[in-house]
Amino acid sequence: MKPVAFHPLARLLHWLMAVLILAMLFIGVSMVNDLSPRHTWLVSLHKAIGLALLLLVLVRIGLRLLLPQPPLPNDLPSLQRRAAKASHLLLYGLMLAMPLLGWGMLSAGGYPLPLQLPALLPHDLQLYALLRQAHGWLAYVLFAIVLVHLGAALVHGLVRRDGVLRSMWPGPLRKD
Amino acid sequence: MTTPLHGRPRALRLAAIGLGLTALAAGFAYTAGWIGNERLTPKRIIDTFEAQAGHHPGYRKNHAKGLCVSGYFQSSGEAAGLSSARVFSQARVPVIGRFAIGGANPHSPDASVPTRSLALQLSSDDGQQWRTGMNTPPVLAVGTPEAFYQQVLAMTPDPATGKPDPSRLQAFFAAHPESAAFRQWAKDYKASDSFANSSYNSINAFALIDAEGKARYVRWSLLPQTPFAALPTQVEDNDYLQHDLRQRLSLGPLRWTLQLTLAAAGDAVNDPSQPWPGQRPTVDAGTLVIDQVDAAQQGACRDLNFDPLILPTGIKPSADPILAARSAAYSESFNRRSREAAQLGARP
Ligand code: HEM
Ligand code: HEM
Repeated sequence: MKPVAFHPLARLLHWLMAVLILAMLFIGVSMVNDLSPRHTWLVSLHKAIGLALLLLVLVRIGLRLLLPQPPLPNDLPSLQRRAAKASHLLLYGLMLAMPLLGWGMLSAGGYPLPLQLPALLPHDLQLYALLRQAHGWLAYVLFAIVLVHLGAALVHGLVRRDGVLRSMWPGPLRKD
Repeated sequence: MTTPLHGRPRALRLAAIGLGLTALAAGFAYTAGWIGNERLTPKRIIDTFEAQAGHHPGYRKNHAKGLCVSGYFQSSGEAAGLSSARVFSQARVPVIGRFAIGGANPHSPDASVPTRSLALQLSSDDGQQWRTGMNTPPVLAVGTPEAFYQQVLAMTPDPATGKPDPSRLQAFFAAHPESAAFRQWAKDYKASDSFANSSYNSINAFALIDAEGKARYVRWSLLPQTPFAALPTQVEDNDYLQHDLRQRLSLGPLRWTLQLTLAAAGDAVNDPSQPWPGQRPTVDAGTLVIDQVDAAQQGACRDLNFDPLILPTGIKPSADPILAARSAAYSESFNRRSREAAQLGARP
């Protein structure tokens, strides 16, 4: 039997990471435009949360592979079904890529790393340029997909009312 | 399971969802500075440097003209009680450095710019790094990034003469009495004939943290062990200082004493325009030895960002707003020149 909702641990991780990723996107774009002492503080916060997210996404991918998932509703058109699958795959990819890019670009830029982590890549200015730009552009792509994901979840919950939103609901599930 | 909505309620809810998403996207765009009023940003400062000195792909966007050197720092051990940073106890710390002249034009004649700089990266054997950028003046003219930006604007070259308009500069200084110490320095300034006999100052204050966690504010200076000699009044060579440095280093290493000046209670630790009274206690932390010029610009220093906030444990930034602004602006400069290196192959 397939479950009707995601495992509580999966739901906990989902909402914890949702808040942190949204925070990271806002912190990221605000810090690069700021030159007050807040800049210094936000950059350290950004690196710390970013590396925590790398650990969290690894756990999350593990859980995703181990635990059974609730199925999408039967009456969902196959195009939407495929869009849902593809967007989820993209979200996982970006959640993994963003922190790795952050770590990699600091390595390529010749910057010291938080917690004296080892460099992922050699010091190389041109490589740094590539990764730094990818970190910026993929962040915007991530934000766009988060918006679409949020919109779709709300349509499921408020308009279609088909139980999809409830399957990821953060609180205890009502029986009805 | 409840049934799907139709008709008016459905349209209303879809509209509400659309509105919510739009608001979130607008909040993001505002946070990113894409919409809303113009703020002073790192980007705007670097744009202004480039507007004034021209676009020079691949070069640093300030202190553009310089050369890479290397050597080592021999700590005296005398500052080890003040800061737990390993650089103050390790006998010999490898150093990568860069001597430069102020300004965003990489082709300025060396003798035309009063401000000279030395940027260093010290890599201690505990795997930590200390990067510091120091200038020849002991203070900055102003104490905030906004005033610094106004100063940069006031120094915009007049298209007719290619030089800043003196009346505009005068008006700026009149509006900024905090620049008194800097103006006094500029008035008394006598250019030396070498990078080797110049002193370099941290200008901004930092806190040294000792093993017990006690903090003491300091500014530091590199004092030359090479005696002063005045710059000749007539200098033909555009790269006078670079040629001089190569010449001297071909004869032997050059030395500076790293001197820490300790603040007393009440000294301006967050304002780089305010000098500290004389007679503050000092500590000689060790000797910087520079023994080699790396190939012209192509040395190891080129691909480093000498962000003054890259500090080892044992040294912390003060709350000086200029320090935070430097860190942000250097990063923008580093990003821009790295892009130019990647896209245009601009590797000066
Ligand atoms: C989910 C993870 C992450 C997200 C969503 C994220 C997002 C962002 C965003 C939106 C920006 C601004 C980009 C721009 O406007 O150009 C940014 C910049 C930056 N990120 Fe991240 N980031 C993440 C992880 C990390 C990690 C793990 C690190 C390093 C350990 C890191 C280091 C940086 C740095 C250093 C900058 C700015 C550098 C500069 O001054 O140019 N990020 N990030
Ligand atoms: C708000 C004030 C300041 C701004 C916006 C500013 C901006 C910059 C920028 C953008 C660079 C190029 C960095 C790079 O590409 O690596 C630079 C270089 C430099 N600045 Fe500043 N600066 C400021 C104040 C100072 C002060 C107060 C000092 C000295 C205490 C200083 C010392 C240096 C040095 C030594 C370099 C050359 C670094 C190198 O050779 O790589 N700057 N500055």
